[in-house]
Amino acid sequence: MMEKLLSPFRHLGELTVNAIWRLGFASRFLLAILLNSGQSLLRLQLTIREVYFAGVLSLIIIVVSGLFVGMVLGLQGYNTLARFGSSDALGALVALSLLRELGPVLAALLFASRSGSAMTAEIGLMKATEQLEAMSVMAVNPIARVVAPRFWAGVISMPILAAIFNVMGIFGGYLVGVVMIGLDEGTFWSQMQNNVDLHYDIINGLIKSLFFGMAVTLIAVFEGYDATPTASGVSSATTRTVVTSALVILALDFVLTAFMF
Amino acid sequence: MSSDSFITLRNVGFAYNDRPILQDVSLSIPRGKLVAIMGGSGSGKTTLLRLISGQIRAQHGEVLVDGRNVGRMNNAELYQHRRRMGMLFQFGALFTDLSVFDNVAFPLRELTRLPESVIRDLVLLKLSAVGLRGTERLMPAELSGGMARRIALARAIALDPQLMLYDEPFTGLDPISLGTIALLIKKLSDALGTTSIMVTHDVHKSLDIVDYVYFVANGRIVAEGSPEQVRHAESPWLAQFVAGEPDGPVHFAYPASESLAQSFGLQEKA
Repeated sequence: MMEKLLSPFRHLGELTVNAIWRLGFASRFLLAILLNSGQSLLRLQLTIREVYFAGVLSLIIIVVSGLFVGMVLGLQGYNTLARFGSSDALGALVALSLLRELGPVLAALLFASRSGSAMTAEIGLMKATEQLEAMSVMAVNPIARVVAPRFWAGVISMPILAAIFNVMGIFGGYLVGVVMIGLDEGTFWSQMQNNVDLHYDIINGLIKSLFFGMAVTLIAVFEGYDATPTASGVSSATTRTVVTSALVILALDFVLTAFMF
Repeated sequence: MSSDSFITLRNVGFAYNDRPILQDVSLSIPRGKLVAIMGGSGSGKTTLLRLISGQIRAQHGEVLVDGRNVGRMNNAELYQHRRRMGMLFQFGALFTDLSVFDNVAFPLRELTRLPESVIRDLVLLKLSAVGLRGTERLMPAELSGGMARRIALARAIALDPQLMLYDEPFTGLDPISLGTIALLIKKLSDALGTTSIMVTHDVHKSLDIVDYVYFVANGRIVAEGSPEQVRHAESPWLAQFVAGEPDGPVHFAYPASESLAQSFGLQEKA
């Protein structure tokens, strides 16, 4: 009887200890990546190859999503602003929403589901098929050769993808506001120019996406490296990457916004 | 065996958590010989290989390779040790994102500063040694199991290792591929003078090529000898293993805590 009453608490305790243990392990893993990053920076082609897989191949989804998000912002923003007779401010609204929040956050969520999951699955399968072990038996450190280049590729790609997302979003807003609805083009752009600050809005947005890039890629490579080397292990690691990344991106966004704006 | 021992294990013990895998194992492997370690699945033979390659460390006793204690090596020494060693994994473990050429070139590019032209010549030589020159542009997914194993062998010998470890090299191969791999292992160890250890449960093919055999069961060395001695051994365990009998000193049934009748409630539980 007592046993049954206590078991939920025991389970909760186990979950907590596990979570803390994994957090500690992930921090040590990050340290190991940083200490073994020499090769990724000296042999740049290793990192560039991963930038291609993580960044360049994500371009389509980023460009298309950015365009649609901008177009929706244009429509919704116009409807609301027109009610208050200030539809002239549409350019500023679209740009500020994208640069400060939507660009970095949505690009990071897309990046986590497109590239983060792929990294986890690839590293997890390399582990399951003994490729990582083979490498280490060949006296080649898999963290330096496999993990670090992917980590840096993610960190480099993320701000660039977010910037491209922003540009496409603003273009989408322009298409809806100016081309479709017929707002004055000069007002659209000049409002944007007047209200967007390079440091406060653009740089802060890019700093956000840099943090998101580090978090998502760290989660992705860690989950892959830590995956149970079986089909179901790799599958649940991939799921964990997407879920944890999404939660971490949103929580981190709150913290960063509180500090920045 | 002879006194010029390249690998020596003295009273080695290893356990995963509380589950003992190896207990008090002592063996020695002379320089330049091809030695098999045989035993059933789960007998601890792969653990022996992992101890020698330094992937795990012995909790008791010592593992000496060329006079150096693998268990006491720091990371730098361990990598130095592994540079002189080649390992063939059970299913090859080729890097699936690299072509055959890049797979064989991998250790050369990572561990040496040879110019690309020399690497190219070496890769072609190694591929030629395993009879697969001409496959260098293929990707691992395009190879049959036997071919993948041979490419992995070419990769393992890329740096002309002093020590070769083979982990179940015959598993899952058709008879022709199996014969080819066995022949290659024998030829390479003779030609390169490499000390080779082969972990396997394929008795007949192994006895044709090796110089000496150790048998492992339940984490201990239970028998050893030259292939000739093994073929004529009288030990009931060895007889069962060599003949492949399902029951004998190694039981067919898992030792369940209660009998089938007890599980069905037909008999009182003890």
